Amino acid sequence: MKDGRKELRIGLVLTGIVLALTILSIFYTPYHYNQMDKAARFLAPSLRHLFGTDSYGRDIFSRTIYGGRYTLLVAVSTVASCTVIASVLGLISGYVGGIVDEIIMRIIDAISSFPDLLIALIVVTVLNLGQLTIVAALCITFVPSFTRIVRTATLQYKSAEFVKNLRVFGVSDLRILLVHIFPNTFPLLLSTIVIGLSNAILAEAAMSYLGLGIQPPIPSWGRMLQEAQTIVYTAPWAAICPGAMIVVTIAGLNWIGEGLRKLYL
Amino acid sequence: MKYFLRKTLVLVLTIFSISLLTFFAFHIIPGDPASLILGTNATEEQVAALQEQLGTNRPLSEQYISWITGFVRGDFGSSIRYRMPVSELLKGRLPVTLSLGLIALVMILAAGIPLGILAARWRGKPGEKILNILTMLGISVPNFFLCILIMWIFGLILHLFTPGDYVSYTRSLPRFLQSLFWPALSIAIPQTAILVKYIRTAMLEELGEDYVRTARGKGAGETWILYGHVLKNAIVAVVPLIGMILASVLSGSIIIEQVYGIPGMGKLLIGAVTSRDFPLTQTLVIYITVIIVVTNFLVDIVIQVIDPRIRLSGRS
Repeated sequence: MKDGRKELRIGLVLTGIVLALTILSIFYTPYHYNQMDKAARFLAPSLRHLFGTDSYGRDIFSRTIYGGRYTLLVAVSTVASCTVIASVLGLISGYVGGIVDEIIMRIIDAISSFPDLLIALIVVTVLNLGQLTIVAALCITFVPSFTRIVRTATLQYKSAEFVKNLRVFGVSDLRILLVHIFPNTFPLLLSTIVIGLSNAILAEAAMSYLGLGIQPPIPSWGRMLQEAQTIVYTAPWAAICPGAMIVVTIAGLNWIGEGLRKLYL
Repeated sequence: MKYFLRKTLVLVLTIFSISLLTFFAFHIIPGDPASLILGTNATEEQVAALQEQLGTNRPLSEQYISWITGFVRGDFGSSIRYRMPVSELLKGRLPVTLSLGLIALVMILAAGIPLGILAARWRGKPGEKILNILTMLGISVPNFFLCILIMWIFGLILHLFTPGDYVSYTRSLPRFLQSLFWPALSIAIPQTAILVKYIRTAMLEELGEDYVRTARGKGAGETWILYGHVLKNAIVAVVPLIGMILASVLSGSIIIEQVYGIPGMGKLLIGAVTSRDFPLTQTLVIYITVIIVVTNFLVDIVIQVIDPRIRLSGRS
């Protein structure tokens, strides 16, 4: 019972740091994220450049905190759109049952037999690279697991006493579904959403690393890692800074997710 | 036997739906492969001729049937980018990726199982906290970042290996395996952390079971309970994970091959995606997915043999 609070606290602190830096970058960055300076190439971390500079003399700290917002934006929009789609599918599938349930679940099964990365790669190949493509690509990879969770919760409440009573009172199916069952899926969905966010950030970073996510000149953590790879011997900070940001964000979200699961389930 | 037949049927249906989904994913899109191959300054006649040759002007269902029969016979079509048969490009790639995946899998199991047991034994001790933090770090590190760190620390600072130094298995098998060691390690570490977490949870759950109480009541020592009873059941709970781990290992190798410049299927795939080479992407996607689905099928069969409860209770 008491378990979970500690994880939640650690997670909130870590995620809080990342969020604070990201919000800070909206108002202030020490340098412009794309400002190049030939005289300041490969500078080691110092007071003038907190995390040093890269091969173009760009300030790593500014790029890292600036790049966070796109990664986070992609992750949030992915999880939000995925939650909406999965809620609709899961509620219908669980509540209607029968052939509809069968069709939806078999499609979900078929999609989830592909590894996540491959689905994302298919979507990116098929649609042209655009800022929205990465959201669509990641969204499809997460729909199966989200749908299953909503469906399970719906099934559980469909046969509950209070739902039977509501039906006796003549409440319409749509109202039962939206007003009475859907809110009950939230506790289950909550930890899934948090873990989904961390997975989305990881996936976005991987796609950007491969050059298939957020496109330059906008900096993103994955892209920065890819650029830092070739200069890692001369400027290891160029890789460590964005990499550490990813690790802190993911660990923070995972801890929150674990804490929530222990608290609510 | 009935279980086996049902599983086989599911396997066949899954592979069928994989082929169907992949095919239609690549054919519902606007934009026509013929004009893609020929570029923007091709005449309409040229495009029409190539459409005829590729068969893209026929109805979708017909295209699917001719594509799938070709696929079964080993004819995967031609790559748009390399202008050569896909089967030619695939040659020699599969063993590379599979070896990389297999080495990573062995590492994961060899490190994950003992560490998981240790984590369960350390419950409530100070070592548990450290291990918990380490597993959380392991889960949170993207494999490509880990890869860069490994390259930097072990390759460039300690000079244990030369990054980008790849030896083909046709030249020297031991040196081939050696060159895959560090890439495999980058894939293995995050997955090991996940496995440790699962084994720990599974063992702690088993420790709360009635049979453990009975064994304690009969005077069995803690060591015997842990290794004689609990471990066996915990392993059974973990075997289904192997399929999932393999999927992550193969996804991981797609990225890691890119980092280390290993000429496997992953590197080919990323190249195909960036150049929008539909036939090549399509074939690789199906290849990798089928490997995973078949492994999952084999894992299911193995579990059923070692744990008859699954067959008897009919759950899958």
